[in-house]
Amino acid sequence: MASGSIPKITTRDVSVFYGETQALFDVNLDIPSNQVSALIGPSGCGKSTFLRCINRMNDLIEGCRVEGKVTLDQEDIYDKRLDVVKLRARVGMVFQKPNPFPKSVYENVAYGPRIHGFAASRSELDEAVVWSLEKAGLFSEVKDRLNESGTSLSGGQQQRLCIARAIAVHPEVILMDEPCSALDPVATAKIEELIDELRENFTIVIVTHNMQQAARVSQRTAFFHLGVLVEEGETAQIFTNPRDSRTQDYITGRFG
Amino acid sequence: MTEPSASPGRLDRHRSEAAERRLRQRYRAERRFQLYGALGLGLATAALAALLVSIVSQGYTAFWQHEVRLSIHFDPQELDPEGTRSPEVLGRANYDALVRGSLRELFPGVEGRRERRQLRALVSSGAGFELRDRVLESPGLVGRRQSVALPLADEVDMLLKGSLRRDLPESERPLSDLQLAWLDEMTRRGLVSRVFNVRLLTAGDSREPELAGIRGALMGSILTILVTLGLSFPIGLAAAVYLEEFAPRNRWTDLIEVNINNLAAVPSIVFGLLGLAVFLNYAGLPRSAPLVGGMVLALMTLPVIIIAARAAIDAVPPSIREAALGVGASRVQAVFQHVLPLAMPGILTGTIIGMARALGETAPLLMIGMVAFIVDVPGGLTDPATVLPVQIFLWADSPERGFVEKTSAAIIVLLVFLILMNLTAIILRNRFERRW
Repeated sequence: MASGSIPKITTRDVSVFYGETQALFDVNLDIPSNQVSALIGPSGCGKSTFLRCINRMNDLIEGCRVEGKVTLDQEDIYDKRLDVVKLRARVGMVFQKPNPFPKSVYENVAYGPRIHGFAASRSELDEAVVWSLEKAGLFSEVKDRLNESGTSLSGGQQQRLCIARAIAVHPEVILMDEPCSALDPVATAKIEELIDELRENFTIVIVTHNMQQAARVSQRTAFFHLGVLVEEGETAQIFTNPRDSRTQDYITGRFG
Repeated sequence: MTEPSASPGRLDRHRSEAAERRLRQRYRAERRFQLYGALGLGLATAALAALLVSIVSQGYTAFWQHEVRLSIHFDPQELDPEGTRSPEVLGRANYDALVRGSLRELFPGVEGRRERRQLRALVSSGAGFELRDRVLESPGLVGRRQSVALPLADEVDMLLKGSLRRDLPESERPLSDLQLAWLDEMTRRGLVSRVFNVRLLTAGDSREPELAGIRGALMGSILTILVTLGLSFPIGLAAAVYLEEFAPRNRWTDLIEVNINNLAAVPSIVFGLLGLAVFLNYAGLPRSAPLVGGMVLALMTLPVIIIAARAAIDAVPPSIREAALGVGASRVQAVFQHVLPLAMPGILTGTIIGMARALGETAPLLMIGMVAFIVDVPGGLTDPATVLPVQIFLWADSPERGFVEKTSAAIIVLLVFLILMNLTAIILRNRFERRW
């Protein structure tokens, strides 16, 4: 249980509005360090919206307004004095659709370290790229194709390239927005394996439609329905002994 | 309602006579549409071909010119009786007398003022200036005799090129029987030759078709377009990037957007009036100058570039922006390192369309004095200048027969200029092109 240690991320009464429409209602959730937390729920339940609150990606959406308090290491991330660029370096993101830059595989991974000034020399940069690609389980597949375009890789490889790009920045948290929804089962299995390994160094929050996936990779699960956080707890408990009838209905496939 | 009854009816749906007919009709419609398309394309191609053929067939002769080789005695008595050899004296001397003298030597029998004038009229009236330029370049010529090729008058040139008929009655052609006889004699002696018309590309404008060139207008166009590009590209790009990526969406930006779209449709002469009022009258910039012309055309081109650039930036998938911001890039980094490179091909296309329009524009230049007869080739941004389309207009408006081919030649040069510009843009665009 996370009750003993200090949570990595906390949200208190977080509500999100798109113009007049309210998408999230008073969400209170603690996300523990170095665990995989899964957000599940039917389409349009606000789980992606919630995820995007954590690195303030919602700022990019016209007319989107966030109320309440989100903290990262007890620091309010919606504070005016907080630097969004720094926040996004600490909280990386992997998107639903693989979105490598239309540049070489190498440049895709090197971009983060380069703009944050991690690598002083070319050899350090090379090292960082290789480390990230290895961590993302992609290096052996692309080591002879580092100068080819990132977009020439297969869908599963592209998504792992995006993960490599994210971890090259050494974030503390990685947000994953349905990272496997565009991938076949083999590629999905690879990424799930990877997520399990990454847990050692990173705090991971993953949105997924696939309940088996949530059960396989996560330690904690939160169930969202119609913009409300219905229930959260240890994954095993949520899937075997849910407290709320809506959770029960959803995980048994009665709706969603 | 029971089973979807009568199975023969279900077969009929796709195999009946009526169904076959419908299918044939659909294919006919498709063939008809393709035919219209091909017809449209054919018409457009034919129109373009007709235009090019007519321009080239009228204009190619302007790249050739007839000259007569005269033995000129640079008579010191005539040019510099006091023997000072100073450029001032040599510059003011009467060189036309040398041409007349040489012609008299060639045809010693010609007596009387009228005949002599007719003889002189065979050679370009600018021949004297050519001789002066030679002498000023090398004063050592004075006192010597040299064989010099001088341009023939434009009527003679036209006659030799076949644009004027010599079998017309004497009263209906610009050259008299006597002049034709002299010309034939010169031709017989091998003095007349056809050479590449260097003047067309190196000289400024002139009242005499045989001396007129488009160098002045070409330089004017290049200088003007450089000013236009230098102003409108960076300003337009900055405006588009700001509006698309940074500006908040509110009533002000909406208003600005509507105004930019409207500006793109404003008749170009209005921009000329604005230039006259602001740049010339208020700011006191020089009249007829490429600087002001470029500024006016930049105003005209700006909305085109802004609209094209905004569309190109908007077409970059948001996932690229999110990817960049997601790894902690600042917004400026995301825009300049990811969005702009992807939008560049579209931006360049818009820019080149704007530049091509600016290059062909005359109306706004009318207001700031660039529609003018300017002989000197402009050397800088503030020298009086004119531009290619204006030169075409001026020559097309001239009564001399010799300017007809010059007009077409100027159009050819303008088209070549345009094609070169477009080629550059295409090459640049292909270098920037990236797939995602």
